[in-house]
Formats: sequence, C-alpha cells, structure tokens
Amino acid sequence: MIATTFDALLRRDLDFQLYAMQGLGELVSRERYAEHDVETFASIIDTAYDVAGERFAPIAAELDAFEPTLRDGVVQTLPALAGALDAFVEAGFMAVGFDAKHGGMQLPHLMTVATQLIFSAANGPAAGYPFLTQGAANLLAVFASPEQQKTWLEPMIEGRYFGTMALTEPQAGSSLAEVATLAVPHADGTYRLTGNKMWISGSEHELSENIINLVLARLPGAPAGVKGISLFIVPKFALDPSGEATIRNDVTVVGLNHKLGQRGISNCALSLGDRGACIGYLVGQEHAGMRQMFHMMNEARIGIGAWATCTAYAAYRYALAYAKTRPQGRRTGAKDPTALPVPIVEHADVRRMLLAQKAIVEGGLAIVTYCARLVDDEHSHPDPAEREAAHRLLEVLTPIAKTWPSEHGCEANSLAIQVLGGYGYSPEYPVERLFRDQRLNPIHEGTTGIQGLDLLGRKVTLGGGIGFTLLLARMREEIARARADATLIKEADALAASVDRAEAVTAILVGAQRELGAERALANATIYLDALGTIVIAWMWLAQARVANERAANATDDAFYAGKRTTCRYFFRYELPKAAPMFDLLASLDDTTTALAIAEL
Amino acid sequence: MKILVTVKLVPDTTADKRIDPATKQLVRSGVETVLNPFDEYAIEAGLQLKEKIGGDTTVTIVTMAPESGKEIVRKALAMGADDAIMISDPKAEGSDVWGTAYALAQAIKKNGFDLVLCGTQSTDSITGELPGALAEFLGVPGITHARKLEVEGTTVRAERETDNGYAKVTADLPLLVSVTKSMNTPRYPALKGIMGAKKKTIAIASLADSGVDKPVGHEGARTELIDLVSPPTRGKGEVFQAADAVAGATKIIEFLRERKLV
Repeated sequence: MIATTFDALLRRDLDFQLYAMQGLGELVSRERYAEHDVETFASIIDTAYDVAGERFAPIAAELDAFEPTLRDGVVQTLPALAGALDAFVEAGFMAVGFDAKHGGMQLPHLMTVATQLIFSAANGPAAGYPFLTQGAANLLAVFASPEQQKTWLEPMIEGRYFGTMALTEPQAGSSLAEVATLAVPHADGTYRLTGNKMWISGSEHELSENIINLVLARLPGAPAGVKGISLFIVPKFALDPSGEATIRNDVTVVGLNHKLGQRGISNCALSLGDRGACIGYLVGQEHAGMRQMFHMMNEARIGIGAWATCTAYAAYRYALAYAKTRPQGRRTGAKDPTALPVPIVEHADVRRMLLAQKAIVEGGLAIVTYCARLVDDEHSHPDPAEREAAHRLLEVLTPIAKTWPSEHGCEANSLAIQVLGGYGYSPEYPVERLFRDQRLNPIHEGTTGIQGLDLLGRKVTLGGGIGFTLLLARMREEIARARADATLIKEADALAASVDRAEAVTAILVGAQRELGAERALANATIYLDALGTIVIAWMWLAQARVANERAANATDDAFYAGKRTTCRYFFRYELPKAAPMFDLLASLDDTTTALAIAEL
Repeated sequence: MKILVTVKLVPDTTADKRIDPATKQLVRSGVETVLNPFDEYAIEAGLQLKEKIGGDTTVTIVTMAPESGKEIVRKALAMGADDAIMISDPKAEGSDVWGTAYALAQAIKKNGFDLVLCGTQSTDSITGELPGALAEFLGVPGITHARKLEVEGTTVRAERETDNGYAKVTADLPLLVSVTKSMNTPRYPALKGIMGAKKKTIAIASLADSGVDKPVGHEGARTELIDLVSPPTRGKGEVFQAADAVAGATKIIEFLRERKLV
C-alpha cells in the first residue's frame, strides 16, 4: 500500500475527541462491546484512514467533474467510484455498528460516526452511498420483520445491496403531510405503489446488486396528514415466486437532478408504478411510517452534522496548508519593498479567518461526537436512568448538531475560499468544490427552518422540558469543572451568563407560545436555534480547553493543546458575544416577519 | 503447506527523520513504526496462495523486532495471516543484514517451512540483500524480484523482473521467493480480520530460544558503519534574464548542451 499523507481530518483531533473527550475506551466495559478493545478501535481507524486516503480522496475532484449520466434508464457513475466503494465494503465498513446477529461488527456508535467522519472528509459524495445505506438499514434493523431483515437488511450490511430514503415528492418537501404516493394492497400480501418521488439520492446506479428504497406512501382511505403515512420497502429488484430478488421492479428514473454540489452522488426523480407493477413490502404496521422515520432521524441528522463538519474541516486543512506556503505581501508596517514576501499565514486577518474555521470545524466535531456518545449511552448504558437522560438530551441537541455545523460550515467553507483568494474561487483548488458540497447540508434531512421549529416548537418543551433542563444542567456541570482551572475562569463566567440568558429567554418564548400563539412565538425559531447552538458550541470549546489543559500538564510545549486553548479563547471573544443580541431580539418577541404584508417584500 | 513471510518494522516512511551523529543510528523517538510497505506484497502473495491451495496451508509471519512492535505485527495478522513468530531480544539490536538473515533463518528452520516469502527491500536501509542471504542460510534456492508466482504441487513457477524484461524460472519447494510491487495489490485489513487478529498467536522468543547460536546484533555485526553524510544541499539555481522568448529558449538550450543533457 502507498503511504499517504491524508489529513483532511486531523487524526490527532479525532483521537482527542473520541478518547479524551468522549471516553470511547471506557465503552469496552459494556456488555454490548465486550468483544472489542482499544487496540481494535485504533486498527479500524487506521484502516479507515488508509481506505479513505488511498481510494476516496484521490477521486474526489474527478467525481465532481463527471456527474452521473442517465441513458436508457440506467445511471452511469465514474468507474473509479465502484472501486472505492468495493474497498469500503470489502474492509467491512458497512457493517460497523450493526448487531452481530445481522452480520454486523457491533461497534459503538462513536466508531460508526468516526468512520463516517473520515470518509466524509475524504470524499463526501462518494461516502453518501454507504451512509444512506446505513441509515436505511438502521430503520430495517428496528422495524422490519425477521424475514424482511434476512432478505433485505443482511445483504445491505454485507454491502451487496445499497439503500435510499425516498420521502420527498415534488409537492411534499419540508411538509411530509402532503405525501401522495398511493400503496394498494395486493392479493399476495404485498402492495402496488403509484406516485412520484423527488430528490432521491442514490436511487439508481450500477454500484450494487440491488437498491432498497424506503418509500413513504399512503394506503387507500388512510387518515390525512402524517398519521396516514406508511413505510414500504421498494427494491430495484423485487422477489420472484422462489424468493429470489430477480424481478426488475416498476421504479423508473425519469430524470437526474443536476446540483450545485454533491455532484458525485446520483440524485433522481422517480416514477413509481408506470406499468402498475411497482411492488412494495410494508414495514411494520400500517400508518406508522412517520414514527418509524423519526426513530432513525436523530442518528441521520447527527450524520449530516458530521458530514457538514468534515466538508468544512477538509477545506480548513487545505486553506491552512496553503496559507503556510503562499508568500504574499509583507508584514503590516514593514517598510522595505525589497524584503522577501512572507507566507500569508503571517497576516493577522488570515489568521483570524483560519481561527474562525478551526473554531467551527473542531467545535462541530466536538458536538457530533458528543451526540454520538449519547447514542451509545441511549442504547447501552447499564443504568436505565442514564439511558433515558441520553435520549432526552439527544432530542434537544439533534437539531443543533445537525444545523450548527451545516450553517456555520458554509461560513467556514467560504472563509477557506477567501484565504486562497482568486485561486480559491477557481475549480483548480478543492475549496471551491467543498464550498458547493457544503451548501446542501442546511437543506436536506430537515432544513434549518424546520430544525428551528423542531427545537423551539417541540423539543424544548417535550416531556415537560426535561431534555432542555438536562442540557442546562450539563452545561452548568462543565462550567463548575472549568472554574477549577484558573486559566478558564473568564470563559466559565461568560458561559454561565449565557446559559442563564438562554434559560430566561426560552421561558419567555415558551410562555409566548401559550399567550400569543405559536406563529408569533416561533417566528424567529431559526434565530433561537443559532443562539442556543452558539452557546452549545461555546460549551464544547470550554470542555475542550479544560481537557486540553489536563492532558497538557506534562506537555506544556504541545502546540495541539495550545491550539485548543487559543481557539477556545477566540470563540469566547469573537463568536459567543453574537448570541446576546440574538437573545435580545428573541426576548422582544419581534413581529417584523409576521406582521408585514407580502407586498412589502 | 507452510508459508512463512518475513516482515520488518520500519520508521514511518513519510515522517521526517534524523540521524544521531554519536551513534550513527536513526533517532526513533517520536517517529511512528509501521510495517515495511514492501513486505505487504509478500503477505498478500502468501494469502493468495493460501486461498488458492487451501487444505492445511498456513501463513506465518516472521520478524525480528522489539516486543513493543507486537501491535504492528498484528496488522499482518489482521490481513489474514494465521500466526506470527517474533524474535525479540536486546542482543539483536544493531544486527546487520548478515545477523538478521542468520537469526531469521534459525527461527524459520526451527518452525519448519515449505515456502519463504520476502519483500524485495525495506524502506529504511534499502539494501535489498536480505532475501539472498536468508536463502543461503536456509540452504534453499532463492528466486528474487518475482512479479508472478504459481505453485503446483511442489513445483514453483515464477517470473523474475530484470532490467530488460523478465525471466521465467522454475524451482522445487522448499524455496524462498522475494516479491515485487507489481505482483499484487495488498488488501486492507478488514474489520473482521482486525477483530480475529486479537485471538491469533504471536510467539515471542529470545535469540537463544530461536536457535540462534552465534552472536548477532552489534556484537556479531560484520558490517561497520564508517560514516554517514547528508545528501549535499542543492546549490542556488541560476536565473537567466532574456530579452525575448527566442533569446530565453536559446539560453536554455545552451545551458542544457553544456551539461550534455540534450
């Protein structure tokens, strides 16, 4: 194998997050993970870096340049993509987190997320195929019947079948209540589906033996709205009478959608049942589709946060390397025009841009790995109270873990271009592609607007506000720990004040929902999501600085730990203060957006 | 059939390296140790033969390294090798090609073998001499620089890479073969292999327990390192100023002609 220097996601930082911050090592004491040890985790991550660095990263630019094409209903992708995905599958990465009884490796969710992070940093669109498959497989692992699991799930875990989530329709995007695809029961116990699906990533290609579309549809006479939606397995190849998946199902790609970024992953407009022969298999109970979808939504949305983090991380690493080697200009105030130019990393404003990116990507990495650990606690903590607490915390943190890295990832990717100047704006350098790729993340798996409504309209009050109360308590615990570190008292105090303010403003907004109605109280839900998200990331930075100080006790000259301290300070001086005016606006219950007449726009 | 694959643990090929002027040894602290990348082709060749021949064919990794290198050896096991033999002994430190080949040969003979596979060279010392020396100590034919390898019964057919092409050679087992990069693409250690490797045996033995009855290491080294010099730093480039493209091109051609480069 070729030794690579793939470092789009810094290994040291990933290890820091996994072990020092999230205690991956201690999970091996849990019964579920008893087969594993820390050496195994390290070897798996080594292999992930090798496969990502040697097979995924080198084809990223080419994959972007040669979009999938549609000819005679068949979607062709870049030949090298198949090789990369084969290497991924052969190494066993598809199976990382699944139960051993289904052929999975039964590794902690932190390890699933770690591998997702590594492959996303190398080549996000290529990684999209297996990650969609894992998401769909997760759902089948919980809700499908044992026969369905044997037929569909196990080949997905083996990597022979790929999967998709086919929710959206041309008229039903953010509002899935409008889903109109019809599923009519058939005499043999299966269903026949008719309808159209839109923006379906990976629903046609030649990369796997079969493609398992998980489709939302309605039964005849089903209740209106989300309570009448059911979930179906609609494979590219359905089962023949002998139980073999050989019948080419009546699922037609009517067109490929061309996109700003993420061009390597095929994105299809689908027509189901043109010939009246689109076979579907009901998953679980009728009308339970939305509940089933939401079951896997936390993990899927954290996955988007991870994807966004890495798309920005890779660009940051590139911009940093560029800034260290690109000579341009002299130090501000230098008078000698014949002096040699300095690398641009010497300039304060370039440093500011690099620090801003570092704060976003390492803060994003911290929150997605924190949430991944919560998923592990939710599934395998020996104490039922801790499992429940993890579940409640995840409910409230998921919209933040999805959105903050997506929205601020766009900023970071933009800054990476700015560091490269004109070169950054050209396709010759990867920061341009990564910027385009990132723009999807605030849109899919629930837009930022939907996440804001979910957080303020639902999650902060869910279960009597237990998740939100727990979040405040966790942040205050960290503040107390940080106060024991003399170097972090200012930051701990600043976060304490911000947490108090978040609590008070949340109470105002929750009260306003009762008194003034949801429309007025939720009008600025997106601002609320950003403000609370900023505080959550500040919390993550305080924790990183504290842990870095603890670890650096014997390594005072270590630039890695010093970098954590400096970036924490940066975040508290430059970014956290932005939350205060957002909370002021929220507390005022401003009605500019709800009161205006459309003609005024 | 018993296939043994020799491997070496080497400093990370991509890391910056420094020589200690006093000991004339590489400063290893702070430099990660990895499996010699050339040896991965030999491991892959062994695994492919095992898959093809089947039966009771085994692939055993053999190395001489400090015990701390155990986790690196495990990577070879994670790729699919059955077990490993590690000669770990402070007295082995400083072994030259002669000492390493002799010690490995004694351990291999003790274990028994039909086919020994080696990489062509290591990325640290790059002598490329070990396979030949090892074949000599084992008392078997050695086919070096093989790019293709087939085993049928006890007959081995190989293609040896040469400067001008390749030579087809045949030999009988027992035998040693060194494998070039063009033979295969080494597999990644699969997750199942990584987990399975934990349960595989790495037998660690001293020099004496490996049957090494002559001094190796610094004591037995027959090679003396007289001096180490860094490659000369590149001189400052010459900059030509030319009035136009033709004058510039002429100047460049003159420059190249003077140095007999064109």
